[in-house]
Amino acid sequence: MAAEGQAPFIRIEGVSKSFGKFTAVNDVSLDIMKGEMFALLGGSGCGKTTLLRMLAGFEQPSSGRIFLDGQDMSGIPPYERPVNMMFQSYALFPHMTVEGNVGYGLKHEKMTAAERTGRVRQMLDLVQLTALAERKPHQLSGGQRQRVALARALAKQPKLLLLDEPLGALDKKLREHTQFEIMNIQERTGITFVVVTHDQEEAMTLADRIAVMDHGEIRQVGAPTEVYEHPSSRFVAGFIGSINMFDGDVKHNGAGLTIAVPSLGSDIVIETGSAQSGDKVTVAVRPEKIMISRDRPECANAFQGVVKDLGYFGKDSLYRVVLPSGTLVSVNSVNTTRGSGSRVAEWDDKVWLSFEPSAAILLRD
Amino acid sequence: MAEETAAGRSWFNRRGWRDLIIGVPYVWLLTFFLLPFVIVFAMSLARRAELSPPIAFLDEWPWIRGDNFARLFSDTLYIRAYLTSIWNAGVATFFCLLIGYPMALGITRVSKSWRNILLMLVILPFWTSFLLRVYAWMGLLGNNSWFNRGLTATINAVIPSEWALKSIPMMNSNFAVVLVMVYSYLPFMILPLYANLEKLDMTLNEAALDLGSRPWQVFKDVTLPLSIPGIIAGGLLVFIPASGELIIPSLVGNASDPMIGRVISDQFSSARDWPMASAVAVALLLLLLLVLPMMVYTYFEGRAQAQGEARP
Amino acid sequence: MKRRPVFLISCLCFGFAFFYIPILSLIVFSFNKSRLVTVWGGFSTQWYGKLFQNDQVIKAAALSIQIAITSATFATILGTMAGIALARFRKFRGRVVFSGLVTAPLIMPEVITGISSLMLFIMMAEWIGWPGSRGFTTITIAHITFSMTYVATIVQSRLSSMDIAIEEAAMDLGARPWRVLTDVTLPVISPAIFAGWLLAFTISLDDVVITNFTSGPGSTTLPILIWSKVRLGVTPDINALATIIITVVGVGVVIAGIIMHRAEARRERDIQMAIAQNG
Repeated sequence: MAAEGQAPFIRIEGVSKSFGKFTAVNDVSLDIMKGEMFALLGGSGCGKTTLLRMLAGFEQPSSGRIFLDGQDMSGIPPYERPVNMMFQSYALFPHMTVEGNVGYGLKHEKMTAAERTGRVRQMLDLVQLTALAERKPHQLSGGQRQRVALARALAKQPKLLLLDEPLGALDKKLREHTQFEIMNIQERTGITFVVVTHDQEEAMTLADRIAVMDHGEIRQVGAPTEVYEHPSSRFVAGFIGSINMFDGDVKHNGAGLTIAVPSLGSDIVIETGSAQSGDKVTVAVRPEKIMISRDRPECANAFQGVVKDLGYFGKDSLYRVVLPSGTLVSVNSVNTTRGSGSRVAEWDDKVWLSFEPSAAILLRD
Repeated sequence: MAEETAAGRSWFNRRGWRDLIIGVPYVWLLTFFLLPFVIVFAMSLARRAELSPPIAFLDEWPWIRGDNFARLFSDTLYIRAYLTSIWNAGVATFFCLLIGYPMALGITRVSKSWRNILLMLVILPFWTSFLLRVYAWMGLLGNNSWFNRGLTATINAVIPSEWALKSIPMMNSNFAVVLVMVYSYLPFMILPLYANLEKLDMTLNEAALDLGSRPWQVFKDVTLPLSIPGIIAGGLLVFIPASGELIIPSLVGNASDPMIGRVISDQFSSARDWPMASAVAVALLLLLLLVLPMMVYTYFEGRAQAQGEARP
Repeated sequence: MKRRPVFLISCLCFGFAFFYIPILSLIVFSFNKSRLVTVWGGFSTQWYGKLFQNDQVIKAAALSIQIAITSATFATILGTMAGIALARFRKFRGRVVFSGLVTAPLIMPEVITGISSLMLFIMMAEWIGWPGSRGFTTITIAHITFSMTYVATIVQSRLSSMDIAIEEAAMDLGARPWRVLTDVTLPVISPAIFAGWLLAFTISLDDVVITNFTSGPGSTTLPILIWSKVRLGVTPDINALATIIITVVGVGVVIAGIIMHRAEARRERDIQMAIAQNG
């Protein structure tokens, strides 16, 4: 992991990119530390892929600069950058063997043939494909092709490795396995990785830090826990995982913050935040932070409702409870006991919902 | 210093090769394809002369004359030839479509292994000499060929004996021209049609059937509309070259009812009236340009269809 | 839903009969003893024997093959460049005109192309003194011009369907644009380039109209020879020549088809194997 207080390894300074009238990336600034596993997370069209391509050198910023290890990358083409990329479609050379693919980048470096062969062997060992060195891409499965793409991108020991939606094409089981493989490889090689993905679970599992992007701008940067538990805006709160949001007015700022929330039918108390009486705010609570019970709980923030929908996922259950005001609240409850009657409530049951003051997030925009 | 050499190298790497790759074929085509047309166009405004080359311009302003083009309208030979050409080409295109469409569709519906064989059988005549294929028909159309005699016998068997024919006059007629044109140009219709039909999504047909359409309705509502770009592509690929055909009408056609290709060639070689030949050619080109909107439509439609498939 | 489409299959049968009956008739009558192509006089191979003794035919065939090889090679080079230009370079000055120039020869009536090419050579002889006489060079130039457009179309289509990411990957791994072309792009599209060469070769070998206009005395190609004879009527020695040509081409196409079929089958097997193993 990166050490604190270091100069950033990659500095993206005020970078914008426009294609004609369309602005794909708008004044983005970002610092990435050496040896970090960094994720760019966002929906399609948010600019993350454009930003990645600018790091690789396939696009030049319309304005702003990118520094890699202190060097300004402006105008430097992709074949002269110490950056390598693992493409979404893997982009393996169909007319070369696995060995040829992995060794291709090394042909452009000053190495002896023996050194090249050695490095290729090393890479193939790293991704466990040594036995398949003589095969051509069409003779490999999807997962194997991906490992070739990874080995090929690592062969030149770049300063920065870019991964474009690395897990998108894999099925669920393979995805989990590969996630950990990628993390292991990153730790072993110590290379800085930047991953682009639209899958927030992927970002949260893989990354040391995440940048959430929307419409060409960065909305929040932080460690996964930071982004999940302390989102800085309604967008980020709603983008990562699911969340319940209630609008309200601040009544009173004392030991805790008292907020009048019409949709919940009563006032609630949350931890002190920087708000004054009269402010209009949004209170956000994650479904797993809300408790559901038959009887009234001892909590300050409690309110009644009726179970409208119920979804069973094996390890947990998702309840959708409708309140007297008509608001729908999502509650996620882990099924900790086996056997019938393990569920807290059934359809049309009257239930009590509650959450701790510390569980709520105060959002403004 | 590193920046200068980097910039210099990168110019050559990026611009230099690029300009070369674009420039060389471009210059070649401009010189050997476009320039000739410019010359022909200029020549169509000249007059015939006893020189070598046998053209000359007027001695004073405006040096050019449009008499050749005027003759196109005054001498009925030309108008008739244009009409014959357009008519023959049109009929040939129609029959190519009529025969070729079911064939192309049929190829898409058979199993994978058969498909390659059938495609090869379609392409095989395409690779053999055009001239020889026309020649093959000459052997069949003649009054004494086995084909003609067999056909005559069949027809004589079904019609009253007073009308019995000695043979069917097929050679040296517009009928022969159209027949041989259909024969020669059929692969040009089948291949683009097949390319289009093959790319169509079969699940659309299944959806239509699921919603209650009968097979022929599915064809009418789903397959046919989506294959229009292929039809137009195949149609143009047949119509345009067919209208200017020279070989087929020369070998099996009627000398007194010539097609425009024949007229151009005759004006050029026997009559030695190069300006007139050029004018006829230019007029033909202008006529063909009328089908340009269709080409543009095909191009954009094809692109839209491809993009529609790319986005899920 | 595996209902055999009877109507379509019968159309196919009719269509293929239409294709091949004339050719078969031609082949059969090449073995006709009698001079009349219409009446069967008995089996004989005399016309084939006469062919091989015919100097004119052999000279013409040699010239045709020479022209075909030369023009196909240059057409492939120029056509590949044009195909790359159209497929890879989105915007350049005069792209629309270029695109039109590459498409036009494909559908232009040959009479017009032939006459205009001839005019060009005559005018060039007037203005700059070259070409002195029309023959091999002028024919080849004309052939290259229209053949290259076929090659360009094939190459452009192949490049469009190729995953462009592999070119970016090569650049990412350190290859300069020229190396990307030679290491990655050209090898991957090489089957298309070869197909283009073959097509250009065949077109050149077969061309009559344009060759007629751009040739001169002493440069008679095989098609021109056949053309002048055929204008006079049907004769069995032409049948023999035709049969030879058709057989050679037919065998070539069949062999090519078999090779491609085998390669495809092998590829399919490899892919199935890879999926089954699922490493």
